[in-house]
Amino acid sequence: MRPENYQAVQLGESNEYEIFIGPNHPGIEGNYALKLVLDGDIVVKGTTDAGYLHRGFEKLMEGRLWIQNLAIVPRICVPDPAPMEVSYSLAVEEIMGIEAPIRAQWIRVMQLELSRVAAHLFTFGGHAATTGMYTPMYWGVADRDLVLDLFEDFTGGRVYSIYNIPGGVRRELPNGFLEKLSNLLDYLESRQNDYDNLLFTNQIFVQRAKGVGILSKEDALDYGVTGPNLRACGLAFDVRRDDPYLVYDQLDFDIPTQQAGDAWARILVRRDELFQSIRILRQVIEKLPTIKGPIRTPIPNPLSWNVRAGEAYARVESSKGELAYYVVSDGGDKPYRVHVRGPSSMHAVQTLEYLAKGARLEDVAQIMFSLDACPPEVDR
Amino acid sequence: MKKINYNDKGSILNPLKNLQFFARKPITEKLEPRPASASYRGFHINDMDKCIGCSSCQKICDNAAITMVEIPSIKEDAAKGIRNLRPAIDYGRCCWCALCVDICPTSAIELSREYVHVCDGDETDSYFVLPQENGIHGLNFEKGWTKTEDSDLLDRKRRPMGEMEPEERIDNFNEIVDGFTLQMAVEEASRCVDCGLCEDACPAHMHAPNYIRSIYEGNLEQAVEWMYETNPFSHVCGRVCTHICEDACSLGRADKDGNKSSQPIAIRWLKRFAMDGVSKTKIKQIAKKGMARKKSGKSIAIIGAGPAGLTTAFDLVKKGHKVTVYEALPKAGGMTRYGIPNYRLPEDRLDQDIEVIQSVGVEIKYNVRVGIDISMKQLEKDNDAVVVAIGLQNGRSTRVAGSDNKAVVKAVDLLRMIPKGDKFEVPKSAVVIGGGNVAMDIARSLARLQKQQFKKVNVTVSALEALGTTFLADDEEVKESLEEGIVILDSRGPRECVIDKTGKLESLHTVKVESIFDEQGRFAPKYDESDSQFHPCDMVVEAIGQMSDVPILGDELTEELEWNRGRMQVDENGATSVNWLWSAGDMVKGPDVINAVADGHRVANDIDKYLK
Repeated sequence: MRPENYQAVQLGESNEYEIFIGPNHPGIEGNYALKLVLDGDIVVKGTTDAGYLHRGFEKLMEGRLWIQNLAIVPRICVPDPAPMEVSYSLAVEEIMGIEAPIRAQWIRVMQLELSRVAAHLFTFGGHAATTGMYTPMYWGVADRDLVLDLFEDFTGGRVYSIYNIPGGVRRELPNGFLEKLSNLLDYLESRQNDYDNLLFTNQIFVQRAKGVGILSKEDALDYGVTGPNLRACGLAFDVRRDDPYLVYDQLDFDIPTQQAGDAWARILVRRDELFQSIRILRQVIEKLPTIKGPIRTPIPNPLSWNVRAGEAYARVESSKGELAYYVVSDGGDKPYRVHVRGPSSMHAVQTLEYLAKGARLEDVAQIMFSLDACPPEVDR
Repeated sequence: MKKINYNDKGSILNPLKNLQFFARKPITEKLEPRPASASYRGFHINDMDKCIGCSSCQKICDNAAITMVEIPSIKEDAAKGIRNLRPAIDYGRCCWCALCVDICPTSAIELSREYVHVCDGDETDSYFVLPQENGIHGLNFEKGWTKTEDSDLLDRKRRPMGEMEPEERIDNFNEIVDGFTLQMAVEEASRCVDCGLCEDACPAHMHAPNYIRSIYEGNLEQAVEWMYETNPFSHVCGRVCTHICEDACSLGRADKDGNKSSQPIAIRWLKRFAMDGVSKTKIKQIAKKGMARKKSGKSIAIIGAGPAGLTTAFDLVKKGHKVTVYEALPKAGGMTRYGIPNYRLPEDRLDQDIEVIQSVGVEIKYNVRVGIDISMKQLEKDNDAVVVAIGLQNGRSTRVAGSDNKAVVKAVDLLRMIPKGDKFEVPKSAVVIGGGNVAMDIARSLARLQKQQFKKVNVTVSALEALGTTFLADDEEVKESLEEGIVILDSRGPRECVIDKTGKLESLHTVKVESIFDEQGRFAPKYDESDSQFHPCDMVVEAIGQMSDVPILGDELTEELEWNRGRMQVDENGATSVNWLWSAGDMVKGPDVINAVADGHRVANDIDKYLK
């Protein structure tokens, strides 16, 4: 926190006070902050400040070999890193004119959906915590850990998988992995009642969430909001369905939507999505053993790998919305430019400021969490 | 899945259903490290013996977490491609991406399942670790992320080199190897990890990584510029170099399972490709780069226009001195012209190298035999320094009974006659004694001549060494010889050249070799006399080694010089014990072109220093 923000500041002769929350406030996700002007407990104005990362991912990528960027990209969204790897790899593959083998595409879908499950468990637990309910958060984090165990099993890393590589994935699944995955899905489904009892059918939570942070469909589109936040406004837009990548066009799943556009609608969409992901994963478990063949299309020696000149925009549906990498190559051994369309940059800055205005102070953290922001996607 | 509607209000009692959890045992895990998964990316392990210090891990590390640290206790061996550098990891930077593992050419560096490191107090240095085989704490954790065939990032297969089929090549001296196409060359060059082990191993320290990089970028002129910094015989070396560099190449190292499926970069063929792709005029311009602007006024005489003599001359002329090369034969090139057959090194390529050397101002006087046409004394008088680079032009004899017969000849003499166009009677059947590359050269040359004249090949090579283990000739020479119908009898020693009553050669008598060296490692072959064979033939060719034609120096100088077992004694820069005389090339340091070139540079530098 900057020294000028240590204390609330009275603004002139008015009754308005300026206070600062973040960047390490428990109600803040990740490294960003909000400066609020309050009249009583009503927010008059909210200003977001996402500049607490100072990492400059996009610029860093211009100075690194194509392959080295694989280790950077997952860091842009810690709770949901898989879409970063996949999207970057897809963009580079498109420029190179290669495609991952079909088996690798199924494995990528599995990784993406597992990552979505982990991210949603994290988010709705966090959302509950902003209303003072900490148990769902503990449960969410503990159950997410079981997903991380699986990531550790097949990618070697719990959080940063660094498992994708342009051309495919880095290694085969270990023996017996799909059985483990199946067991985990059984377990997660068995937890549904517990979560429902404690959170989703808990009248106290429902009442706290309903009507908070209402975003209309029109506003959502104006702000460029995508993902669960947009679907909670009644628009069933999902990149997996509307611009299918990998093998999503061969999978059977629904796009959950809600109409109200408030915090309650958003968390309901996430709840339903989690179970749709489980549905997709079940199909992967069934299909994957029937697909034999390589998991990687060879790429040149990465130390002298010049990707031919060209550009590509590769988008995927992350747990936060439409995530895309716009990669430009001038034919060199490093990207000429990488632009990350982090979905959070659309809903964590202006949208949040818009929704915070007129809200009560105690709802600000809930609005923020219900939008599910990943600050590095903003400050990239 | 149970459906929840937006308008469902829920109940305040619902959370109470979860009170059952109070009766359950807590599942909080103890704070003890649990075992990691089988492919976990934990702390590094490094097999110090497998690691060759190539720095590929350092190059691919995206966080600059790896520093190559010199380990004095590890012995460096440039020819084998081993450096005493080993990777040390800064765990303040490492992100455990394991790209270092996936690129390691020898699979030395791997990740373990160990993931706990606690630093006491101010021991922050403890995060900078030199991993060993037993891990960073010596705890012998199991391996985690290791390289698999899928994850290997290197391209381990060479682009195949096309060759003329045996039946197509056996009756002529046309070049066998096709050479790369541009696409093949670029692909082959792309495999390089730029470790520089080749440059260390090369006697002339050619900048192979740089010219490979230039070829990869399609800039052949730049590649040739890199070559001419160290080697004016790049056409020759692009074809017949002994490519010590390729033996040191990190890509040629045994892969994970120890099999040799990983192939070194075809550095020699890449060099050949770049040289063939640039015009002679351009190469001449490149060769002139770095010429001294001022003449020094000093003059140097060089005896012998082989690779060593001409490299010395090339360097000295570029440094501003006047150089005259005296050559006894009608053309320059030495052993590269009069020892290497055309099917390996076409004459026009050699001619071009020599033309480029002459174009910088090297003067060559042909058919001048020092000791006969001009004396050493005269050379000393007329010049500020003299270099003897006469090579090993005289063949050694086995001195077995009958070897003085006129049908018993030396390989070098015969090899010299073929390019000169001297006529000799091609034998219908011949036996070559020796197992080195010279033996293969003469055997294959004779085979070609036989095929031309008699439509039939009848050449036998008899060598002391055993095929596949101690045999001296390159594997490809052996393979190609066998393809061309030459019979190789290994582990056989010559006993006698059997001469009949009329004085005509009848056959070569050989016996089985039991061992070649004694316990001290000295050459002392032991034979099994009971296993004896007679190989009928019209000619026996001795190819068991060569020596210098030292009498040209004259008695007085020979007396003044210091000698070491028949070889002129020189220091590491080629200076002899006489202050105006240097010696370079095969006669003091053998036995190939690239060593001669390296020697030429050393001598030229030393003379330049002396003259200043």
